[in-house]
Amino acid sequence: MPLPGAKRWLLLGLALAILASYFAPQFNRYYLGVAIDVGIAIVLATSLNLINGHTGQFSLGHAGFMAVGGYFSAWISLKLVGVAHAEWYFPLSLLAGGLLAAVVGLMVGIPSLRLKGDYLAIVTLGFGEIIRVIAQNTEAIGAASGLKGIPKHTGLGWTFGVAALTIYVITSLVNSTYGRGFIAVHDDEIAAESNGVNTTRTKVTAFVTGAFFAGIAGGLYAHHKTFLSPTGFDWLKSIDIVVMVILGGMGRTVGVIAAAILLTLMPEFLRGVAEYRMIFYALLIIFLMLLRPNGLFSFKFKRRTA
Amino acid sequence: MDFIQQAINGLGLGAIYALIALGYTMVYGVLRFINFAHSDVLMLGAFAAFYIAPKIEKVCGPQSVLGVILVFILVALICALIGMTIERLAYRPLRHRPKLAVLITAIGVSLFIEFTCQNPNVLGSATRPFPQLAAEKQFHLGSAIVGSTDLLVIAVTAALLAAMWFIVQKTRIGTAMRAVSFNQQASLLMGVPVNKVISFTFGLGSALAAIAGILYSMKAPGIEPLMGVQPGLRAFIAAVLGGIGNLPGAVLGAVVLGLLETFAGGIPELSNYRDAIAFGILILILLLKPAGLLGRATIEKV
Repeated sequence: MPLPGAKRWLLLGLALAILASYFAPQFNRYYLGVAIDVGIAIVLATSLNLINGHTGQFSLGHAGFMAVGGYFSAWISLKLVGVAHAEWYFPLSLLAGGLLAAVVGLMVGIPSLRLKGDYLAIVTLGFGEIIRVIAQNTEAIGAASGLKGIPKHTGLGWTFGVAALTIYVITSLVNSTYGRGFIAVHDDEIAAESNGVNTTRTKVTAFVTGAFFAGIAGGLYAHHKTFLSPTGFDWLKSIDIVVMVILGGMGRTVGVIAAAILLTLMPEFLRGVAEYRMIFYALLIIFLMLLRPNGLFSFKFKRRTA
Repeated sequence: MDFIQQAINGLGLGAIYALIALGYTMVYGVLRFINFAHSDVLMLGAFAAFYIAPKIEKVCGPQSVLGVILVFILVALICALIGMTIERLAYRPLRHRPKLAVLITAIGVSLFIEFTCQNPNVLGSATRPFPQLAAEKQFHLGSAIVGSTDLLVIAVTAALLAAMWFIVQKTRIGTAMRAVSFNQQASLLMGVPVNKVISFTFGLGSALAAIAGILYSMKAPGIEPLMGVQPGLRAFIAAVLGGIGNLPGAVLGAVVLGLLETFAGGIPELSNYRDAIAFGILILILLLKPAGLLGRATIEKV
């Protein structure tokens, strides 16, 4: 049965996720952990790609949304400790985290998306910092010492299921009639507006959708690491995700996914030279912008129609 | 704490922010982009002073006026050179690319400087005590105590602001800077050496950042490779608050921000949120008056 591109990937991803979760207990714990890290990175990078890549709105606050979703879903799970079949509520807590992140995304997006380029970058950076400061000062979620003892619900199946779903939703959204607006806003905002695209609404939609998936990724992260600390969501985390999007080529889904996998695996192989990792990232950003502004993997794929 | 005491502390802090903000605003004026690496030039200035000051002290004697001035001038020159190098290597090749590319590169440059300096083989991430450049005296003003460092900071800032005003308004290169800021292509056609002017602007801004770095370190408990980030962000917010691209606006915004931050720090319920306050102000000002306090709204032409 021929299926459109996005649906095929969704089914393939879900099948792989179910298969992987079936065999997961046989995997080495370390590899399992890394694989889940990769899945979370894919969700984060794909969702940021919608904002930074497809829509062209440079956001530096993705870790902030991740923190909102992570903390909220972890807080729910901690309230549910002791309830029978607590793990059945896990998807609900993920969803709640994502929804809260989306609401915060809406609150941040509506005022700040009137701004462009540099201003937007700084405001989103500032917003991420505000979230971190609030988390650091709120006793209910552990304040500066962090949130401990979160139940470990995140498995391979959930992670890659969510990753497949994220890719599917975002690809379909961008490829839809409505989604053409994202590309139009990215290419030329004034031209888009004069052609009847409601640019503010388009940008806010991208922002809220991106925030939603970042929140879910935060929930996965919280139930994977079982520990959350405000310092884990500082702007360097946002930079990590931004580097994935830039390396993959902004607006190129396949490239971004490849970059997310590569950049998550790389530090694991380069443990011996860990202190050089961020220097390498920085040089990567500079040289990519100077030499390959369309991303490292852009030579393989023609610019997709979406 | 006393109101006057807080006001003086806030003014001292605001003066340092003003020096940094001027660099942001000038670069924004000519190139229309935010030089994220500006705060790292500040840090490099502090470290340059850290290494140079003891050597100067050997020649000029401890805490001599001439020695302090020499340190300031040398560090300003070094950082001017660094700023111009960054512009030449990282920003100039991207001049005709989309603004987003330049912005991302600037973030990359900033991260590169920060993490290279944090590497244990370069500077290391440990906090080091900054040498005492000038003897600290205290003056009593009613119930308030004014440190000589605060006075020095305010005096140096005032002098540099006057110098900046003179350069931008009265000299040939300043006229050229204003021309480039107004319309880069037209000034190129009028024979303004645009590349030289941009280079000069970066040098000037970086020199100011370096001096701000020394002044900041004289009050801070110590110096480390990430010390520039927080004052840099505040100064950027100050520049936006005053209207980016506008020199008096940057100073006004910096003083307002310095005062607000110091007063908020004095209130126990707010002191934990000091970092969030500056960003809160930024978001508010961008919502209510995006052009800043003294800026004029511009209409985007197609």
